[in-house]
Amino acid sequence: MNALEATDLHVSLSGSHILQGVDLLVESGGVTALLGRNGVGKTTTLRALMGLVPRTGHVEILGHDADGLATHRVVHLGVGYVPEDRDVFAGLTVAENLRLAEQRREPDYDQVFALFPELKDRRRQRAGTLSGGQQQMLSIGRVLLNRWPLLLVDEPSKGLAPKIVSELADTLGRVASVSTILLVEQNLALVRRLATHVVVLDHGIVVHQGPASDLDDAALTRRHLGVAGAR
Amino acid sequence: MSVFLSLLLAGLALGAVYFLAASGLSLIYGLMDVLNFAHGLFMTLGAYAAWDLASHLPASWGGWLFVVELATATGAGALVALLTEIALIRPLYGRPISQILVTIGLDLAVVGLLLGGFGSNPQSLPTSLWLLEASRLGSVVVPHADVVALIVGLAVLLGLEWFLRRTRYGIIVRAGVENRDMVRALGVDVSRAFTLVFVIGGAMAGLAGLLYAMVFAGDLVSPTQGDSLLIFAFIVVVIGGLGSIRGSAVAAILVGLAQDFTNYYFGSHSGFAEIGNLSVVLILILVLEWRPQGLFGRVR
Repeated sequence: MNALEATDLHVSLSGSHILQGVDLLVESGGVTALLGRNGVGKTTTLRALMGLVPRTGHVEILGHDADGLATHRVVHLGVGYVPEDRDVFAGLTVAENLRLAEQRREPDYDQVFALFPELKDRRRQRAGTLSGGQQQMLSIGRVLLNRWPLLLVDEPSKGLAPKIVSELADTLGRVASVSTILLVEQNLALVRRLATHVVVLDHGIVVHQGPASDLDDAALTRRHLGVAGAR
Repeated sequence: MSVFLSLLLAGLALGAVYFLAASGLSLIYGLMDVLNFAHGLFMTLGAYAAWDLASHLPASWGGWLFVVELATATGAGALVALLTEIALIRPLYGRPISQILVTIGLDLAVVGLLLGGFGSNPQSLPTSLWLLEASRLGSVVVPHADVVALIVGLAVLLGLEWFLRRTRYGIIVRAGVENRDMVRALGVDVSRAFTLVFVIGGAMAGLAGLLYAMVFAGDLVSPTQGDSLLIFAFIVVVIGGLGSIRGSAVAAILVGLAQDFTNYYFGSHSGFAEIGNLSVVLILILVLEWRPQGLFGRVR
């Protein structure tokens, strides 16, 4: 069974036709990276899959039809969403942010605190006063609580120091052993380290889909990502 | 000194009523982006429901009359709010202009029905005798009604704080005020929180309508009372910051005190009895200049 299958996704926002028929397949297990230049519709694709923006087309998540479902029902199909810019609730404490995300009877705090021990120490601290890296931990921790089988993770390395990015890669690697991850990421080094598959988006459509080794194709990366293909 | 203390108590009591009127409005807008112009109607209907029931009760109910009226106004406000949310607001989420129009329309229609059914003359609210009395603390006269308004306002503030900080729905409401979409993306059905907040807001509005009639309108209930109170409720919400209960509490006290003191000290000299309203508008202008998001509001 595929973790996610989207067919002919279209999204128009404020008069702009952003997604123009995206076909996307995410196999179960491992990390599929969704790549593309700025503004090609990567974040919009994730938001469309979550039901956060109006869309047309067909989406199947973990074998279930997700068309027409409200966002909270999409989540309950088994999807965790880590948004771009973290979107932690600044006025709530770390503990309250985590409590809000609890959707299962036995949330897995052990896993969250094992991966991010700092969150345990700071559980009474307001999320708005955390550093960027700590907020990212919280944002990822919120979805790990529920052991969702599929995670949509949007630019987790954005704005983080290189050392933190390296730790983040380790963490995502460990998470990928239990959950399928669809990862939007601009940091190609991180993608190369984690991804098993890549999907390349350009001008609102998927222009390439294949194994992560395709990133060695210099012509592909130059044409669609605007970078040289060398490692 | 005794005049000052009496004015202080009356200003605080007025602030308590404004807080009850404003806090629901603030939460509803903060969480749901709904500018509820029918909130004044919830206040009026709360007071009318209490009047209608109390009028049919024998005078022997005495001290219990007030308790019954309090429960009736709260329940009526909550019920009307629930029906309004389900029937009129829920089908129009994401259409703010339509929501504004439909709540204005509901207010006009029901106030019109009240005027047609009961006339424009205010109705006299039967009330417990002890509420009309006052005690003396030294040289200070302490009207019981003022003390009751203060106690009810404080109890509601503490109850709301407990709800928002200690319960899961409270956390959902606080998070939803910050970022509704993200709450949904964590798997939470926000629409239940919407309904709950509307009902809580309606209950507090009903309570505000009753207390306003008892404490500041000479135990009289009139069809347009809620709409007059709604204007001050909106001002309190803007001064305090949208979605902030603490902001509403501080702003309500500020507005209540300013209005009361200005009316007393400047009203008689200027010959302009409602000069207190001017002081409220002045505070509003100053706050908007200094902190457009309100005293406790976040920049959105």
